[in-house]
Amino acid sequence: MNPAQGERAALVFLVLAAPLPWLVDSGTLVHFGIMVFQAATLGQAWNILGGMGGQFSFGHAAFFGAGAYTTAILQLRFGVDAWSGFFAAILAGAVVALVIGLASFRFGLRGSYFALVTLAFAEVLRILANTLEITGAGVGLLLPLAPGLERLQFADRRGYYLLALFLCAASLLVARAVAGSRLGARLVAVRENEEAASALGVDPFAVKMRAILLSGAMAASVGAFYVQYFLYLDPHIAFGPQVSVEALLGPIVGGPGTVAGPLAGAFLLQLLGEASRALAGGATGANLVVYGIVLILIVRFLPGGLAGLARARAERAGAGS
Amino acid sequence: MVDPSIVAASALHGLATGAVYALVALGLSLVYGVLHIVNFAHGSLLMLALYGVYFLHERLGLDPYLALPVLLPVAGLAGYALHRWVIAPAGGARDENVLLVTLGLALVLENLALVAFRSDTRTIETAYSFSMVALGPALLPLPKLVALLGSLVATLVLWAIVQKTDLGRAIRAVAREREAARLVGIDTRHAFALAFAIGTASSAVAACLLLPSYYVSPQVGHGFVLIAFTIVVLGGMGSFWGAFWGGLLIGVVESLGGLFLGESLGQIGIFAIFIAVLLFRPTGLLGRPL
Repeated sequence: MNPAQGERAALVFLVLAAPLPWLVDSGTLVHFGIMVFQAATLGQAWNILGGMGGQFSFGHAAFFGAGAYTTAILQLRFGVDAWSGFFAAILAGAVVALVIGLASFRFGLRGSYFALVTLAFAEVLRILANTLEITGAGVGLLLPLAPGLERLQFADRRGYYLLALFLCAASLLVARAVAGSRLGARLVAVRENEEAASALGVDPFAVKMRAILLSGAMAASVGAFYVQYFLYLDPHIAFGPQVSVEALLGPIVGGPGTVAGPLAGAFLLQLLGEASRALAGGATGANLVVYGIVLILIVRFLPGGLAGLARARAERAGAGS
Repeated sequence: MVDPSIVAASALHGLATGAVYALVALGLSLVYGVLHIVNFAHGSLLMLALYGVYFLHERLGLDPYLALPVLLPVAGLAGYALHRWVIAPAGGARDENVLLVTLGLALVLENLALVAFRSDTRTIETAYSFSMVALGPALLPLPKLVALLGSLVATLVLWAIVQKTDLGRAIRAVAREREAARLVGIDTRHAFALAFAIGTASSAVAACLLLPSYYVSPQVGHGFVLIAFTIVVLGGMGSFWGAFWGGLLIGVVESLGGLFLGESLGQIGIFAIFIAVLLFRPTGLLGRPL
């Protein structure tokens, strides 16, 4: 399977998945789908910066949490409607990305240093959220239940399913547009060899800034969705390291830098997570043990992720014929 | 206005905590200086060592300080095996791959601990848990004083191993000129794994010194790993004495930050230092290779 086929397969998968909850009556399935779409969108956000651009962030929770808190605070404290809150959240994600991007890329941080600084930014935000009054400190924020499309809440969970699916499809289309654009080509050039790219007239700083802005905005939309779905938020949920880990796991497993990778990775990981939770009798952490093992195995044996596997198979088949 | 004696006591507390931080950071720094890898699992290994000390005390009644001779070889062997058979083969050439493998390792260890021990916070009680020692105007709990002195001794031992023994020379040779070291007959894979083993073993020492005045939970490594990274970056990645002074400094900053800004906001000082150093002086304060 080549990348273009992968993209098409991912889009077809989403189109086919859309009517599924109306065909199969299962709350588990709906929730599973929501979790997959949510993780895939977050993963896609990471993928644009980390997969295509090679800038490994270990702190995508900063964007996710900024989005989540922005919409929650606007709705609770300022009476702003959920739709405006949603768009404000996306903007907030971009603003946080602007700050982190300016700070780290201006100073040429790369590799492990960039990973560490993003992690530190997420931790600073977590501590702030844990301390400030406006974020409800450690107690967190609870949104009142008030179903209605104008409030972005759905009595029927299938509404959330469609919204999550829409976000996932949108992120996929954005990633596809980026991959096929000048920006995408420049991102790959910067990833492969920053000095060479720069010698050829690419401005690495401008390229990385665009990628992180897009990535931050996208991750923030997932945070805003999370708030609408669970109606609860606390500093650990928003800015905890598990969000940052979830953001990078999907694309790494699915195939970093490929458009279809994050969705494929998210689907496989959620499936494995559910299975391991069931096997361990619902023990917390069991799914993360499996994620850790998968991560080590993928890096060791399959550095291109599932997409790399598919590509290698296609090449073997091509060579054989 | 805060009473000066309270400030002095708080700084002394910070110094004691900082010495242990320094020890944890030295392990991380050694691994970075020699292997050029950022080991995300360092905190998780410390967490496991803390559980080791805890269970040796609870099940066998072994004093935490006497647990050291038991734990040290176990931690060393575990570190050696982890590097040789998990991290090195998977890491390959790319920086990011090692980051991911050690992240995966941290996920596995931490969550296995969560499944096995639940998320309870556990502490031990010893006869000397609440003994206080007067140092000038300040009172310091005895376990804290032991942690301070023990960490200083361990730091010197670590320094002597790296600087004065053949093992240390081999490790430093591999760190500087990998190919040349191989040509003069040093088994580089063995030397790399040994460096990792020493890094893990120093966490085990820290665990023994820490538990009498601290606690253990599956997530306990999280805080340490970030603090240790801060120290390593602050001192200059791979710099031995940089990490040592960085550790003491961070301990004092955390303690005084907690005093003036409150427990929760006090931690921000650490991360503010971390980000500022990464941005403005990524070679650290004493930045010089090992």
